[in-house]
Amino acid sequence: MTPMPEQEIFDGKVSREVKIEPRDWMPDNYRRTLIRQISQHAHSEIVGMLPEANWITRAPSLKRKVTLLAKVQDEAGHGLYLYAAAETLGISREEMTRQLLSGEAKYSSIFNYPTLTWADIGAIGWLVDGAAIMNQVPLCRASYGPYARAMIRICKEESFHQRQGFEILLTLCRGSEEQHNMAQDALNRWWWPSLMMFGPPDDASPHTAQSMQWKIKRFSNDELRQKFVDMCAQQVSVLGLRIPDDRLAWNETRGHYDFGEIDWEEFRNVLKGNGPCNRERMEDRISAYEEGSWVREAALAHAEKKKQPQTP
Amino acid sequence: MNHEEPLWEVFIRSRQGLDHKHVGSLHAADAPTAIENARDVYTRRMEGVSIWVVASRDIHASSPEDAASFYDPANDKIYRHPTFYDLPDEVKHM
Repeated sequence: MTPMPEQEIFDGKVSREVKIEPRDWMPDNYRRTLIRQISQHAHSEIVGMLPEANWITRAPSLKRKVTLLAKVQDEAGHGLYLYAAAETLGISREEMTRQLLSGEAKYSSIFNYPTLTWADIGAIGWLVDGAAIMNQVPLCRASYGPYARAMIRICKEESFHQRQGFEILLTLCRGSEEQHNMAQDALNRWWWPSLMMFGPPDDASPHTAQSMQWKIKRFSNDELRQKFVDMCAQQVSVLGLRIPDDRLAWNETRGHYDFGEIDWEEFRNVLKGNGPCNRERMEDRISAYEEGSWVREAALAHAEKKKQPQTP
Repeated sequence: MNHEEPLWEVFIRSRQGLDHKHVGSLHAADAPTAIENARDVYTRRMEGVSIWVVASRDIHASSPEDAASFYDPANDKIYRHPTFYDLPDEVKHM
């Protein structure tokens, strides 16, 4: 079958690094893939506010509290940039919200783990935001214009998130023995789930090849995961902590760190809804939506009333 | 009544003397709320000194499919550019 001319125009743009914009012709599957990826990403930002919000009222100082508030507010903003980018592909915000609340849409498995101590806020900043940045920087060059532009905005703001997290851990590591242990415990619990954030290994990631051909993705899951491990293995020495992996070792021949086997059974199980906090996260989102409904109704009613001509 | 809040396109002037530039879109019940939301979503780090919001349904756009014919009138008029005119090297500052 000879390809349609639209397909040729589209392929040509992608190969010449010309961005695809909302009103341009695009293959249905490209559109579907983007809607799935961008909306999952948006949901992750929104659900990702919950584990950190858990510590806003108990932050150890006013400085840490304003920082955490600003970070959580950024995440709401990132969710909104991404929802808006997804909407340019023809899906409504209402529909995306429905998909999230019904459990039909996925969000990053990492947010189904609990934040048990203050050190977890440091570990999230360093590891979870660190992994997110590693994933997101190449997305700034994604072939779909609105997605790429949203990612540029997000990446500019994300760097402070990672740095403040590292600073929290560093402060704890230079504190009392108890504080040092608290930091180590947080690293122990967050390390492996952070590695899972890059998604299944390349040989079990069916969409990767197509996404790379469309220039939505630029690096495979395993490539990004390796970069992340290499980065953390260096940085952890500054903290004086230990990454909980006996097989972590520098491999001279590969020029990378080797690392241990990831428990993919745990990953699949959390994705299926059986992680420690899946139910709690969904309940929180559903109640936020339901309890906010009167605000939305009132705002619309007010706007409607304002539109009517004023009687003297 | 439609329960989805209307969509607004947001334009921000990043500093005095520059044009307003499109930065993205958001939902809000009315224009004043859209401006406040735009402030919170797009200017958390002093990215703007002025915000415009325009209801997305009021934006009319040219069609990408017709781009070739639509811009055709300008396509062969190289004489509109200064480099079209050959002047001797002795002529300075022109």
